[in-house]
Amino acid sequence: MQEPKITDEIVAAHGLKPDEYQRILDLLGREPTFTELGIFSAMWNEHCSYKSSKKWLRTLPTEGPQVIQGPGENAGVVDIGDGQAVVFKMESHNHPSYIEPYQGAATGVGGILRDVFTMGARPIAAMDALSFGEPDHPRTPRLVHGVVEGIGGYGNCFGVPNVGGETRFHAAYNGNCLVNAFAAGLADTDKIFYSAASGVGMPVVYLGAKTGRDGVGGATMASAEFDETIEEKRPTVQVGDPFTEKRLLEACLELMETGAVISIQDMGAAGLTCSAVEMGDKGDLGIRLDLDRVPVREEGMTAYEMMLSESQERMLMVLNPEKEDVARQIFEKWDLDFAVVGETIAEDRFLVFHGNELKADLPLKALSGEAPEYDRPWVEPPAPAPLGEVPEVDPVDALRILLGSPNYAWKGWIWEQYDTSVMADTLRGPGLGAGLVRVHGTDKVLAFTADCTPRYVAANPVEGGRQAVAEAFRNLVAAGARPLATTDNLNFGNPEKPEIMGQFVGAIKGIGEACRALDMPIVSGNVSLYNETDGEPILPTPTIGAVGLVAHIDEVIGALPEDGQIALLVGETAGHLGQSALLAEVFNREEGDAPPVDLEAERRNGEFVLENRELVAAATDLSDGGLALAAFEMAEAAGIGVTIDADGSTAFLFGEDQGRYLLAAGFDQAEALMVRAAEAGVPIRAVGRFGGDTVRLGEAEAPLAELSDIYRNTFARLFGDP
Amino acid sequence: MKAAVIVFPGSNCDRDLADAFERASGRRPAMVWHKETEIPAGTDIVGIPGGFSFGDYLRCGAIAARSPIARAIVDFARRGGMVIGICNGFQVLTETGLLPGALMRNAGLKFICRTEPLIVETTDSPFTRNYARGEEIRIPIAHHDGNYQVSEAELAALRDADRIAFTYAHNPNGSVGSIAGVLSENRRVLGMMPHPERRVDPAQGGTDGLRLFTSIVDALAPA
Repeated sequence: MQEPKITDEIVAAHGLKPDEYQRILDLLGREPTFTELGIFSAMWNEHCSYKSSKKWLRTLPTEGPQVIQGPGENAGVVDIGDGQAVVFKMESHNHPSYIEPYQGAATGVGGILRDVFTMGARPIAAMDALSFGEPDHPRTPRLVHGVVEGIGGYGNCFGVPNVGGETRFHAAYNGNCLVNAFAAGLADTDKIFYSAASGVGMPVVYLGAKTGRDGVGGATMASAEFDETIEEKRPTVQVGDPFTEKRLLEACLELMETGAVISIQDMGAAGLTCSAVEMGDKGDLGIRLDLDRVPVREEGMTAYEMMLSESQERMLMVLNPEKEDVARQIFEKWDLDFAVVGETIAEDRFLVFHGNELKADLPLKALSGEAPEYDRPWVEPPAPAPLGEVPEVDPVDALRILLGSPNYAWKGWIWEQYDTSVMADTLRGPGLGAGLVRVHGTDKVLAFTADCTPRYVAANPVEGGRQAVAEAFRNLVAAGARPLATTDNLNFGNPEKPEIMGQFVGAIKGIGEACRALDMPIVSGNVSLYNETDGEPILPTPTIGAVGLVAHIDEVIGALPEDGQIALLVGETAGHLGQSALLAEVFNREEGDAPPVDLEAERRNGEFVLENRELVAAATDLSDGGLALAAFEMAEAAGIGVTIDADGSTAFLFGEDQGRYLLAAGFDQAEALMVRAAEAGVPIRAVGRFGGDTVRLGEAEAPLAELSDIYRNTFARLFGDP
Repeated sequence: MKAAVIVFPGSNCDRDLADAFERASGRRPAMVWHKETEIPAGTDIVGIPGGFSFGDYLRCGAIAARSPIARAIVDFARRGGMVIGICNGFQVLTETGLLPGALMRNAGLKFICRTEPLIVETTDSPFTRNYARGEEIRIPIAHHDGNYQVSEAELAALRDADRIAFTYAHNPNGSVGSIAGVLSENRRVLGMMPHPERRVDPAQGGTDGLRLFTSIVDALAPA
């Protein structure tokens, strides 16, 4: 088939800037073929090349004694003792989810699960961090229903428990929703699989589902802003098949047991192109592909389409040739495609044949190594508007408003559509801080959390970056887990705008500082830029996914207080109301600075909670909505009331000072905690007690049942019955 | 007790079910691939686990009910063998005709996963003998198609023969008569939507499901 001639329009349609195209011409010393241009666009778009973010990502801490594999592989690998490792990553599927919510979200889940099991790990937990526009925006309900059903539809069938996440609503996401999917798996440390090819003349094997035309150009689409032509982009969204993914999981794990796998890489963004280049590049080898041998589900696909297809549930593997028969049998058993489609070669070339014609002949290393890298201009974001006077509120009235907002209402409407207990190891599902999953067959417990407060990042990127990590740290600690490591999913607007780039640079600085101070290195992550529609950017949203370990199940700190227990507030309360939930939801004001994060105090207070866990009956961290919301959520989950009577001021009840926990403890234990806190120099204060059937904040009170009714029914009121 | 757990390519509760059998009996069940044509010799009970046997792209359980192993399960049951089908396994059992009725999409049209209170309706079965009649137990559900439907005549027949094993205390999915689990005529085949295998260890939030498995062990123990 005759390929189209390269024109300026074709180059522009591939998202390549004129200077980037010139770079290609210089590199090749000739004009690329159409297929080659497609390969370059796939490798050099923002999504795959990190060309705007690389410079700053390098500044993040990625090492530690617990880290087995940091960023750069399909997922990060962290030691959890006894020869076991947790393998995890978080990745966005924002652009596709906005265009086609069900399939966009479903394939986001599929992609992240594949990243984990490609490394030899069986997925054991999933989480999702979602950001939507205002509830009454015409597009929002369809996105909420579609995204939640898509996540459930894929994860439930695959059979991985969903154990947490977060969901927010804000006008800044009206034109771009965010779907950040996290997955973690369990592997033996001596059975981790990597993507670097090795050995010349080794067979390159295609595994899994057949290749179709879906998702052609998806990665390029995800590297551009949206405008009114968005509906035309639906064909760039992939279609997911969780049943195939489940079979691919089982077949891959079975295959890995046989010693047949030299290296393996899932086909995600820019499918065959990215996976082949990745394996060759890391192994310092060339790759030759024969597209006539690729299993296809459509007639007449061109080389260009096959190289750029993002059909799901596919893998590429370099096979130990002695094991070809056993490998083929495993894939036949699971009714999956298995085809030798190429081989590794010694030369640094990427050769693509189709119909006995050479369709691409490119220097392989240059495809990733010579990708453009930008030091984009950036400016410090403007200082946030100063915080004006905040009038005193009736605290129970203010709480009612928070509970009636989908940002702070009970989110069971969402997570009850997810299987949270499959695999039978879930100790704590969504809704009670960190999710807890027992390491199957052991007494160890892994804790998972995903956090970010975009209002803070927008007001003060550095402080907001620190806060996202600190909140993740606290959520893990409150469950009794020692934080191990993090994955970052950085969602921002157009990096070509200096003020957006300034948000990015600031947030990375804050995240890096906090990860160092709290000993939570970054082991994997993903950057999603160009989250803008008609020039309107999202709030900067660097989602932090974090994993912690509880050495023994008996050391888990409970989440549910009991009648009569004392409410203890750990950490310093100054009453910071700038950028608070109260200010946003009750007064519709987004003013003031983000709350300052004292990383030393974070660490000290966290250590105090962990060291004294045997005295603590239940714990939660304080974040959005401050003490009032934390106390309500904790008590409501246990079905009891709570009284906070130490101070009835708005700043005390709703301030969002960082580094704080709310603990429930029996009388004697509370006394002991106060003594030990004084010794450790940790601020602590008894602020009230749990129990009864009313919620009392200062002088104001309301029946628990009335508040619970608001809290539990907000989602159904806004989005219909689940 | 010798148990066999069936594995379809999309089963995802097979390990959990095998663990629950092992916890109750001390013996690891045989895992039986769907392409097999026979139940292993000496099997006392066959477990059909939850999951999405063949993706459930047609009716749930419909393709599984036509797999080679399904024929063997039907023969095994007709010879008086004990069979339990949980969630997708229940759907498979209705598709094979070993149990009456059908499981339709939930009344609310959404997948539901939460722990539900169930009422034990009969203790006259090898699956429920260690419960008390009328007892409330808490077991998780996790399904999209758990809305059990039978004709009025069949419902009356099930009731007359005391073949309803469990009902929901608060019907979550629209099932007729709030039915959560039913027995075959000979009482040796049980299908249920809730997942007792997810409540066999205090760490899972309760052990209400364990007694179902110990009931089976006790029923099979030599008298």
